Amino acid sequence: MSGRASTPSQEAPLQWRTATELARGLEARELSARDITAAIIEQSNAVEPVVRAYLKSTHERALESAVAADERWSRDTTLSSHDGVPLAYKDIFVTRGVATTCGSRILESWIPPYDATVVSRCEGAGLTSLGKLNLDEFAMGSSTENSAFGPSRNPWNTDCVPGGSSGGAAALVAAGGVPWAWGTDTGGSVRQPASLCGIVGVKPTYGRVSRYGLIAFASSLDQAGPMARSVEDAAALLQMAAGHDPMDATSIPREVPDYLEGIDEGISGMRIGIVKEFEGGGTQPGVRSKVEDAYRRLEKLGASLEEISLPSFEHGISAYYLIAPAEASSNLARYDGVRYGYRQADAADIVAMSSRTRAEGFGDEVKRRVMLGTYALSAGYYEAYYGKAQKVRTLIIEDLERAYSSVDLIVSPTSPTTAFKLGERTSNPLEMYLSDIFTVPVNLAGNAAISVPCGLSLDDGLPVGLQLIAPALDEKTMFRAAYAFEKDLGWAGTAESRPPL
Amino acid sequence: MVIERSVVDHVARLARLDLSEEERARMGAELSQILAHADRIQALDLDGVEPTSHAVPVVNALRQDEVKPSLEQEESLAGAPAVEAERFRVPRIIEEP
Repeated sequence: MSGRASTPSQEAPLQWRTATELARGLEARELSARDITAAIIEQSNAVEPVVRAYLKSTHERALESAVAADERWSRDTTLSSHDGVPLAYKDIFVTRGVATTCGSRILESWIPPYDATVVSRCEGAGLTSLGKLNLDEFAMGSSTENSAFGPSRNPWNTDCVPGGSSGGAAALVAAGGVPWAWGTDTGGSVRQPASLCGIVGVKPTYGRVSRYGLIAFASSLDQAGPMARSVEDAAALLQMAAGHDPMDATSIPREVPDYLEGIDEGISGMRIGIVKEFEGGGTQPGVRSKVEDAYRRLEKLGASLEEISLPSFEHGISAYYLIAPAEASSNLARYDGVRYGYRQADAADIVAMSSRTRAEGFGDEVKRRVMLGTYALSAGYYEAYYGKAQKVRTLIIEDLERAYSSVDLIVSPTSPTTAFKLGERTSNPLEMYLSDIFTVPVNLAGNAAISVPCGLSLDDGLPVGLQLIAPALDEKTMFRAAYAFEKDLGWAGTAESRPPL
Repeated sequence: MVIERSVVDHVARLARLDLSEEERARMGAELSQILAHADRIQALDLDGVEPTSHAVPVVNALRQDEVKPSLEQEESLAGAPAVEAERFRVPRIIEEP
C-alpha cells in the first residue's frame, strides 16, 4: 500500500462509497436504502449542471423503490446482497415505460414496451435506477459529442470530453452521482470513457451478457459492461447480469463463475504480455509513463512480463471501421418511420417518407457510418471491403490464440491519450477513430478486457487507464489482476480519486 | 481512392438517406479519407484465410417451441407515428392502375 494519507472509504460520505460498502452497511442495518439514495441523488443533482450526464432522471421512482427495499431489509426478504443500491443505465438499454432515446432524435419520443435482460436482472436483484445516461448517438463515437442532446463533460476538467460512447455513465460514476452504471462496448465504448474519467470499466466476453433489449449498433461486437469506482464493484455488477439468456441466440450457454471468489489471491506467477506493435502508436508521454509504472507494479506483485507480437493488430482499426458500419447500416434500417420513433410526414410515397425521416432523424456521424457500411456491403465492393475485413478478424483471433499459449493476460494503455478538449477532434472523423487503436481488436476477437485507473497523468493531471485483456470467458483472471493492481496502487477510494468539482 | 458523386448518390439511395447537396459533397470527401485508411488491408495476402463473422460462435441456439405471451397489439402500436384501424399507417405503396 502507498504511504499516503487516505480517507478510509468506510467513513466516506455515502455518495463516495462503493456499492459493496453500501451493501455492507445495509446488511449490518447501519444504513437505509432511503438515506443512501437521497444522498446520491443530492450529489447527482449537484454535479449535473456541470457534467450533464442525464438524458432522463427517474429519481422519484428510485426513492420509492428504496423505501420498498428498506421494508424488505426489515423483514429479511431481500432480493439480493445489494438490494436497494442505486445504479443507472446508458440510454441504450431499453426500459419499460421510461423514455429510451439512444442519444438520437429519431427515438426522441419513444417509450419502450419491454425491459432489456440486463435491466430486468438488476431490478430482480433490487437495484434501483436513477435514470438514463448520455451517449454518442447509437453509441457511435468516442466523446458524447455525437449525442443529439448535447455533450457530457469530464468531471476532471469540464472543458474536456468524458470519452464515449458511454460518456454520461463514466462522468456520473466518476463525479459520485451514482456508484455504478451499465454501459456498452462495441469498440471501446466502456473502457475508453472509464479511462478518461478515472474509473473502472469492463468489456466482458462477447456473449457473456445478454444483448436482448440493448439497441443494436454492431451485433457481432456489441457487449454490455459494468462501470464502477472499484474492481470489486465491477465484478459484482457483472455477476448480477451475466449468464445465458434464451432471448439472445448469441449468449453463451455456460455457467457463470463466482467472480469475487479468490479475487484477492494476487498475481504471483501470472504471465502478462506487452504488445510490441502497441509501442509508440501515438501514445502521449504522460500516458506512457503512468502505464510503464503500472507494468513495473505488476512485476513487483509477482507477475512475469514478456513482450509479445500481434502483427495483425495494426489492421484492427481498418477492419473495425468496415465491419461495425456494415452491421450498423443493416441494424439501423429498422428506423424507417413506420413502427416507432420520428416520422417526416410530408412525403407522398413510402421511399421518400423513409429517406426524409432518416435524413432528419439521424445525426452526421450516424449518416456517415450508415453510408460507409452500405458502401462496404454494396455490389462490387463487398469482397474487397467487408470480406477482407472479416478475414483480418480471423488473423487477429489467431494472433491472440498464439499469444495466450505463453501469457495469461495482455496489458496496454486503454487509450493513447487522456481526455481531449470538446471540439478538438470533431472536424476529423478518422482521427477520432484512431483513438480506438488499443480497444477495437478486443471486440473483434470477442475477448474480455478491463480498464483500471493508473492515477493522473503528470502532463495534464487527467486520469490514465491500464487495459488488461483476457481470453474469452476468463474474466476471473482479469478481475484478480486488476484487483491486485488497484489495491497496490492505493488510488481508488481515496480523496485524490475524486474529481475537484 | 476518391468516391465519385454518382457513387455517393447511389449509396444514399440504397441507405434511404435523403441527404442535402452540402452533405453529399462532404460525405464524398470523408468516405474517401476513411476508405483510404481501410485500403491498407487491400494489400494483405488473405488467400486461404477463413472469414470470421462471430468471434465466439454459438451453434444450434435453439429453444423449446412453446407458446408464450407476447406484446399486446395496443402496446406494439403505441410507439408508431401513425396508426389506423389497429395497423401501422404508411403512405401509399402501390400506384393506382
